[in-house]
Amino acid sequence: MTESQAIAIPSAVTERQRRAKFRRNMFYIALIVVGLVAPFLAYPVFLMKVLCFALFACAFNLLLGYAGLLSFGHAAFLATGGYVTGYLLASYPGLTPELGIIAGTLMATLIGVLFGVLAIRRQGIYFAMVTLALAQLVYFMFVQAPFTGGEDGLHGVPRGELFGFISLRSNLAMYYFVFAIFLFGFALVQRTVHSPFGQVLKAIRENEPRAISLGYNTDAYKLVAFIISAALAGLAGSTKTVVFQLASLTDAHWHMSGEVILMTLLGGVGTLLGPLMGAGIVVSLQHILAQSPLGNWVNVILGIIFVICVLSFRSGIIGELDKMYRKNFK
Amino acid sequence: MTMIFGVPLAVFMGQLTLGLVNGAFYALLSLGLAVIFGLLKIVNFAHGAQYMLGAFAALLGFRYLGINYWLALLLVPLVVGAFGVLLERFLLRRIAHLDHLYGLLLTFGLALIFEGTLVNFFGVSGARYATPEILQGGLNLGFMFLPTYRAWVLVAALTMCLFTWFMIERTRLGAYLRAGTENSQLMQAFGVNVPLLITLTYGFGVALAAFAGVLAAPLYPVSPTMGSSLLIVVFAVVVIGGMGSILGAIITGLSMGVIEGLTKVYYPEASNTVIFFVMILVLMIRPVGLFGKEA
Amino acid sequence: MTFIKKTLAASIAVAAAASLAMSTAHADISDGEVRIGYLADMSGTYRDLAGPGGQRAMEMAVADFGGSVNGSPIVTFSADDRNSADVGANTVREWIDQRNVDMVAGLVASSVTIAVTRVLEENNGLGIVSGSAASSITNEHCTPNHIHWVYDTYPLANGTARAVVEQGGDSWFMLTADYAFGHALEGDVTRVVEESGGEIVGRVRHPFPTSDFSSYILQAQGSGAKIIGLANAGADTVNAITTASQFGITEAGQQLAGLLIFLNDVHALGLDATQGLLLTTGWYWDMDDEAREWSERYYEEMGRMPTMVQAGIYSSTMHYLKAVEAAGTDDPETVRAQMAEMPVEDFFARNGSIREDGRMIHDMYLAQVKTPEESTGEWDLYEILSTIPAEEAYRPLSESQCKLVQN
Repeated sequence: MTESQAIAIPSAVTERQRRAKFRRNMFYIALIVVGLVAPFLAYPVFLMKVLCFALFACAFNLLLGYAGLLSFGHAAFLATGGYVTGYLLASYPGLTPELGIIAGTLMATLIGVLFGVLAIRRQGIYFAMVTLALAQLVYFMFVQAPFTGGEDGLHGVPRGELFGFISLRSNLAMYYFVFAIFLFGFALVQRTVHSPFGQVLKAIRENEPRAISLGYNTDAYKLVAFIISAALAGLAGSTKTVVFQLASLTDAHWHMSGEVILMTLLGGVGTLLGPLMGAGIVVSLQHILAQSPLGNWVNVILGIIFVICVLSFRSGIIGELDKMYRKNFK
Repeated sequence: MTMIFGVPLAVFMGQLTLGLVNGAFYALLSLGLAVIFGLLKIVNFAHGAQYMLGAFAALLGFRYLGINYWLALLLVPLVVGAFGVLLERFLLRRIAHLDHLYGLLLTFGLALIFEGTLVNFFGVSGARYATPEILQGGLNLGFMFLPTYRAWVLVAALTMCLFTWFMIERTRLGAYLRAGTENSQLMQAFGVNVPLLITLTYGFGVALAAFAGVLAAPLYPVSPTMGSSLLIVVFAVVVIGGMGSILGAIITGLSMGVIEGLTKVYYPEASNTVIFFVMILVLMIRPVGLFGKEA
Repeated sequence: MTFIKKTLAASIAVAAAASLAMSTAHADISDGEVRIGYLADMSGTYRDLAGPGGQRAMEMAVADFGGSVNGSPIVTFSADDRNSADVGANTVREWIDQRNVDMVAGLVASSVTIAVTRVLEENNGLGIVSGSAASSITNEHCTPNHIHWVYDTYPLANGTARAVVEQGGDSWFMLTADYAFGHALEGDVTRVVEESGGEIVGRVRHPFPTSDFSSYILQAQGSGAKIIGLANAGADTVNAITTASQFGITEAGQQLAGLLIFLNDVHALGLDATQGLLLTTGWYWDMDDEAREWSERYYEEMGRMPTMVQAGIYSSTMHYLKAVEAAGTDDPETVRAQMAEMPVEDFFARNGSIREDGRMIHDMYLAQVKTPEESTGEWDLYEILSTIPAEEAYRPLSESQCKLVQN
C-alpha cells in the first residue's frame, strides 16, 4: 500500500500539472470565445467600459494581490494615460490611435516611476497615504493645466483609424481592438505573476524580512511591480479615452482610486479573474442603478457592498468560488 | 507700511491668524485620527463623515429639539461618540485580527454610506447654522477684523487638544492606553480590559471629530459632503506629524493651517495642494513623519 | 366550430386593419413613441438645482401635454450622470443605440453637456440643455443638435456687472474659481465692468473647490474695492458669501455681486447672509401670476419652490412636444427647425426665440435678494428690479465663434 503510493506520487504530480495546464488553456480559450461573441449579446460600448475598468483593476490587483501593496493613488495613472492620449489624438489629427495609446501609456509609466521611487520604501498604511498624496498633486496638475480643459474636460478625441487603415468608428471594430488590448494586459499580468519574478513578489508579500535575508533586493522588485501596474493602469486610461472620445477629472479624483479597490476586492484580491468579475459587477451596478429609481442611492449601495466584502467576503467572488470548488471537488 | 515679502505687515498678520484658526480644525481632526490609529492601527476613513455627522446632529438637534449651541457642543460629541462605540463593537472588532488595511477599507465604505444617505434626505446645498448670539460680531485686533466666532474656535479647539494631550500623557487611563499601544497582550495579562479600552478609544476619536463638526457648523454650510474634502487634507497632516503621535498631530495641524494660509496670499491657486507637497518633502527626509518614532 | 373560425378570422381582420391604421398615423414618429431621456446629476453637487425636481418638471410637462403626441404615446426615462462626462456620454450613446431616444433633456454639469452634445451630433440626435452655465455651449461647442434653454454666463455677467457699475459700484475685486468656467466668467465681467467705466482693482484665483474663504475675503477687504465679484459657482459661492457675512463685509461698506447664484443657494444661505445681493436670473417663481400658478403646482409635488432650471425643463419639454405635434414627426432635424420657427412664450420665457447657434434667448431679470424684514415667507427671496430684454442679454451673434453662424 505504502509502496504503491510512493510510486504513484511522481506520476500523479505530473498528471495533475498536465491537467492544470490543460484546464488553464481551456479556460483561456473559453475566455477568448466569450469575448469574441459578447458584442453580439450585449451592448458593445458597455462591454468596452467593463474591459477598460477590468484592465485597470488587473493592474491594481498585480500590486495589491501579488506584491501586497495597497495604492490609494491609482487614479493618477488612469487619468495621465487618458489625458495624454486624448490631447495628442485631438491636437494631431494624423496620429493613429495605437500611437496615441502608446504615448499615453509611456507617460503613465513615467509618472509611475516617479511615484514608485518616492513611495516604494514606505509600507502598509504609509504607502497608501503617500500614493494618495502624490495622486492629489497629479489631480491639481490636471485642474491647472490648460490642455485638460479643467472642469469641462477634454472633448472631441477622434477614434481615428487603427494602423492608419482600420476605422474604429464602428463600435464593433472598436470593441475588438479594446478586447485585444485587454487580452494583452491580462496575459502580461498572468505572465508576470507566474514568472520567477512573480514568485519573488509573493515571497515578499508573505514575509519581506525573509526575502531580504535570502538576498533579494525587495525594493527593486516592488518598484518594478509598481511600474508595471502603473503602465497597465495608464493603458486602461488611454484606451478608455479613445473609446469614449473624452477625458475628464472624474478619472483623476481619489474616488476613482477607491472604486478600483472596490472592484478588486469584490472580485477577489490575488485571483486572476477577480478584477474582471469585480469590474463587470461594479460597472453594471452603476449602470443599472443610474437608470433606476434607486439611482440616488448608488454611493450608499457601493458603500454597503464595501462593508459586506470586508466583513465577510474578503476573498471576493472568485476567491469564494475557488474555496468552494476546492472544498467540494478535491 | 512695513512689508513682509511684498505683503503689508497687517495683511500678513491677518493671514497668519486665520491660518491658525484653520490649523486648529486640522489639529482637532488629526488628533482624533492619531488617537484611533495609535491604539487600533486603523486609518479611520470615516473621520470626515463623522465630523459631518457632528455638524448635522447640531443642526437637527436645534431644528427639531431646540437644543442650543452650547448644549450641542456637549451632547453631540457624546451621541456621535456613542455611535462610534457601536461601530467599533459590531463592525471594526470583527476585523481587528486582520491586516489593518481592511479597517481602512471598511471605514471608507461606511463613509460612503453616511454621506450618500444624508444626501438623499437633505440634498447637497447645505444649511445654515446660526452663530450663537454671544459670539456674533468681531474683534478689532488692530491689524485685522477677526469675527469673534473664529477666535472662539481657536480657543475651544486648542483647549480640547490640550485636554486630550493631558488625558493621554498625564493620567492613568492614558498610561494604559499608551501601554496598550505598545503591547496589548501584556496589558491583557495584567488584567486591563483591552477590548473595552479599544472601543472607548475609538468612541473618543469619533467624539473629537463630532466636536470639530459642531464647531464648524456656524462657519460653513452644513452639508453631507463637508467632510470628504477635508478628510484627505487631515490624512496628510497626520502623516506629516507621524502616525499615532498626539503632540505631532496638534503641532502639525496648527503649522499646516499657517502654511496653507500663507500660500493663499502668495500662490492661492496651490493652496489646496501645498500640504501634500509638504508631506512628500517630509517623507523623503523623515519617513516616519516629523514626530513619529522609528520602528 | 365554424363560428369560432369566423370570429377568429374577423378578429384577425380587425386587428390587421387596426395595425394598418396605427402604422399610417405614426408613420413619422419613430417606433410609434416619442422617447425623452432625462440626464442630470441626481446625487451630487447639482442635485438641488435640477436633479429629481427637474425630472418631475419634465413629467409634469408630458402629463399636461396629454401623454401622447398625435396618438403616439410619450415615454420618458432618466439617468444619473454622477457629474461624470464619460458616464453621461455613455448613457446617451446607449439611449441612442438601444432605445432610440428622440430627445435628451436636463444636462447640467458643463463637462457632461459638452460630451453629450458631441455624441448627439455624431448620431444626429437632439438635446435640450437646461442646467449648464457655460456660454461656450452655444459658442465654440455649438452643434446643430442641441439647444441651450435657460441661461448662460454671458447674461449673468452682463446683467449683474452692468447694473452694479451703473449703481456706482465702479471698483471691483474678483474672487475667481481657478478653472475654465471661472476664468471665462471673470473675463466676461472684466470686459463689462471696463466698458461701463469701472475698473478691476484686484483679483484672486482660488482652487476649486475651496471650503475656507476667510483668507480671500480678507484680501478682498484689503483691496478697498467697492464690489467683490464672485466668479465661482455652487458650494464655493455659498461658502464665500457665508464667510463674507461673518467678516462683516457689507457692514464695512463693501458689496457682493454673485454672478452665478440660484434660488436654492439663496434659500440654503438664508437672507441674513445674502440680503442685498444683486443677481441676474432667467426666471423667478414669484415674478407674475403665470409663474406663480405653475410654481404652486410644482410646490405641491416637491415641497420646494422650483429653480429657474427646473421651470426651464418644463418649458423646453413642452415646446419640444408642441414642435413634434406641429411637424408631425420626431425626426431631430425637422423638430429642431420647427422649434426655431415657433416663438417661445409661456410662464417661463418671455420674448423667447431660438437662434441658429442653438441659444434660446429670452428676457432676463435683474433681481435683488430681500432683507429678512421684507420677506414674507420661506421662499419669498427675490425682488425683481428690472427686465433685461432678450436681444441685449445674450452674446450677440456678431461675436459668435459658432460654426453654424456665418460671420
